[in-house]
Amino acid sequence: MIQLTINGSKQSLDIDPGMPLLWALRDHMGLTGTKFGCGIAQCGSCTIHLDGEPVRSCITPVSEATGKEITTIEGLKSPAGKAVQAAWRELEVVQCGYCQSGQIMSAAALLERKSNPTDAEIDDAMQGNLCRCAAYVRIRAAIKAAANKSV
Amino acid sequence: MRSDWITNLSRRRFLAAGVATAAGLTLGIMPVTRADTRRSGPGFAGAAPVDQAAFQPNAFLRIGSDNQVTVISKHLEMGQGTYTGLATLVAEELDAAWEQVRVEGAPADAKRYRNLFWGETQGTGGSTAIANSWMQMRKAGAAARHMLVEAAAKQWRVKADEVRVEAGQITHARSGRSASFGEMADAAAEQPVPQEVLLKESDEFRLIGKRLPRKDSAEKTDGSALFTIDVQLLEMYTAVVAHPPRFGAKVRGFDDKAARAVKGVKQVLQIPSGIAVVGDDFWSAKQGRDALQVEWDESGAFRQSSSEILDSYRELADQPGAVARNEGDSEAVMAGARKVIEAEYSVPFLAHAPMEPMDCVVRIDASGCEIWNGEQMNTGDQMAVAGLLGLQPEQVRIHMLYAGGSFGRRANPKADYVLEAVHIAKTMPPGTPVKLIWTREDDMRGGYYRPLYLHKLKAGLDAENQPLVWQQRIVGQSIIAGTPFESVMVKDGIDQTSVEGAANLPYALKHIHIDLHSPQLQVPVLWWRSVGSTHTAFAVECFMDELAAEAGKDPVAFRRALLAEHPRHLGVLNLAVEKAGWDEPLGRNRGRGVAVHESFNSYVAQVAEVTVRRGVIYVDRVVIAVDCGVPVNPDVIEAQMQGGMGFGLAAALASELTFKEGRVEQSNFHDYLTLRIDQMPEVEVYIVPSSEAPTGVGEPATPVIAPAVANAVFAATGQRLRQLPLRPA
Repeated sequence: MIQLTINGSKQSLDIDPGMPLLWALRDHMGLTGTKFGCGIAQCGSCTIHLDGEPVRSCITPVSEATGKEITTIEGLKSPAGKAVQAAWRELEVVQCGYCQSGQIMSAAALLERKSNPTDAEIDDAMQGNLCRCAAYVRIRAAIKAAANKSV
Repeated sequence: MRSDWITNLSRRRFLAAGVATAAGLTLGIMPVTRADTRRSGPGFAGAAPVDQAAFQPNAFLRIGSDNQVTVISKHLEMGQGTYTGLATLVAEELDAAWEQVRVEGAPADAKRYRNLFWGETQGTGGSTAIANSWMQMRKAGAAARHMLVEAAAKQWRVKADEVRVEAGQITHARSGRSASFGEMADAAAEQPVPQEVLLKESDEFRLIGKRLPRKDSAEKTDGSALFTIDVQLLEMYTAVVAHPPRFGAKVRGFDDKAARAVKGVKQVLQIPSGIAVVGDDFWSAKQGRDALQVEWDESGAFRQSSSEILDSYRELADQPGAVARNEGDSEAVMAGARKVIEAEYSVPFLAHAPMEPMDCVVRIDASGCEIWNGEQMNTGDQMAVAGLLGLQPEQVRIHMLYAGGSFGRRANPKADYVLEAVHIAKTMPPGTPVKLIWTREDDMRGGYYRPLYLHKLKAGLDAENQPLVWQQRIVGQSIIAGTPFESVMVKDGIDQTSVEGAANLPYALKHIHIDLHSPQLQVPVLWWRSVGSTHTAFAVECFMDELAAEAGKDPVAFRRALLAEHPRHLGVLNLAVEKAGWDEPLGRNRGRGVAVHESFNSYVAQVAEVTVRRGVIYVDRVVIAVDCGVPVNPDVIEAQMQGGMGFGLAAALASELTFKEGRVEQSNFHDYLTLRIDQMPEVEVYIVPSSEAPTGVGEPATPVIAPAVANAVFAATGQRLRQLPLRPA
């Protein structure tokens, strides 16, 4: 049995320890907000927080997540996270929406460690999150708006 | 094998739903992630708990006694904002409050939900959603409003023309009576549906033209929006498929011993498109596929390389093709021209690569087939599945879910991945749902690409180096040939989608000749956001820039002089160059380029500012002007201009799908490059005010950026780049 702490609650799952966390969350926990996009950590759709750090869950085996706090989009409750979600809605960032859980998780993690990031810091933190709708103009603007609000 | 939580949650949902519905739901068909039915969402019409007392005056809306207005969208929401746009049209004429409106995807139904521009077909594409629905949705809203007013007048014993409706409130001033839509819904349902309705004049619009919030923002920012990949049903299995390494290859044999030994793998079976591995979850199915040994018969398989295809197209381009447009006497004028300019433009194959890879959920039982899909070709897929299973179309019930992008990929007349899922599901015990998931590698290598195209252009100039004659030869695969659309969209050997954007060249030239070769390859091809314009706009707008340079003219002034008869082209061109500060000088290694193009009856001009340093193009700023008729939602239009341009910019700068000896060389986002945030320029969007009927905005920004950037690179460096993606020396 694999013991995991997901969004603050302890879970035990009878799954292969090598299974990527992404599929444990989606297929075994019903937490489908975290998305599959590439499977090789190239698109960021699967971004979650592991002890507050943004992590690509598609290449993270569940065995590496034991004993750590896993936060998914469904459990994002931090002030920075809430500010990011609110800014996303206010600036109408989403289009198809598929990558947005990952974008929001990356943006929230950025604001946790850097309350007022520069353009270069935003690009650096977010360039691993692909958006085929290319909603990047608004992603950038929403991160700035969220930063200003949480300052 | 199923986790208990699925059963538990589904039961809870079933009980909750049972309270609200007279006819009970089938246990287990409700996806567990849809907790809040007041939100907008994908298509569960027929399965969702519907208020039985709801007032449903027509196929497009329903008003519940809870005062909620549900708009039924016949079109797919894939990011382009159609749920918001269609709801705006209904709510405008209904005089609903925007907050009380939610949207639901329509079931597949060619009669009720056809695309009015597509005959008897329901589907989304060609930037037609708002354009074909403009009057239909407004009439639907106006009819319901009329019935609410009549019901109120009857109940209050007042004259109908004294009853006012505003923001979801029905009022009668003299008597002081008022009611919400919900309070009047039952009574309105008793009223006859009006045959004719009066629509608002544009100066009466309250919602159309406003930056209303999108209906799907909330659920797309908290992870609850439901995409196909998120559907979870009781006793559901997940399937992945091993596809052939080359198009046209077939299974010779396979050894599934190791695959079946993987924990969780339930079934391995041959289907027409390959070998399917069915497991308890994605991971077991994927591991099973990794363990599978398949021997492929590649005797009839595609073996060419991209460079060979391009060479063969060059040879074809030496021969006349099927004539798409012929005006004047281009041969004679070309022969007599003082100077002749020639250029070759080419574009590679492209994958759509939406963030959600292809996926589909299918369940088949004695009553028919049920499908959950980000469904862009609703009744096409319905017919294809009915044909495969020997069912009537209405026995194939399709739930149209949100699509995580599509860009045309989910509108395949060949119904490829949908039929693949059905082939797997029909081998399962009756009633067992199967979710097919393609990996990114499957998606990248699974075909249905934007075809590789070659354009040869030739212009004859007069003594002042002004163009007299334009010849353009286009070579590339037909998207439409061999599909049910062929009889309508291929005329006299011309696939309209191969020449759109070129055959309707707007520039005032007396002698024009445009012809087409449509070679056949084994590579499956498909429409890709903005279709023919993806290559025609690049060739035409870059060659125009070359001609401007030959004439010694400013590219804007040169175009203006030839667009006098095209005020909407001129309108966007003038607006974009004015806002861009076209004449302001730029520094070293920097340049500005312009392009203007009409697609799907929308007009877009873009000015790109670039810096070229050490062989790398940095796009610093893009100014976009668009004329799409009445702007229904300026915020959605702005988003589509930004994003549509960005989608095209990926193809301009980076994306390329190539073949080597018949194999696709790319496999995932590390080698099939798309646009990342650090490559996104600053973007400004300006909308031309208009009272023309609205046209689409999902595609028209996409084809304009490649020529604008290529022309800017010329301005910055003097280099003409005629091949996409752009690679400066």
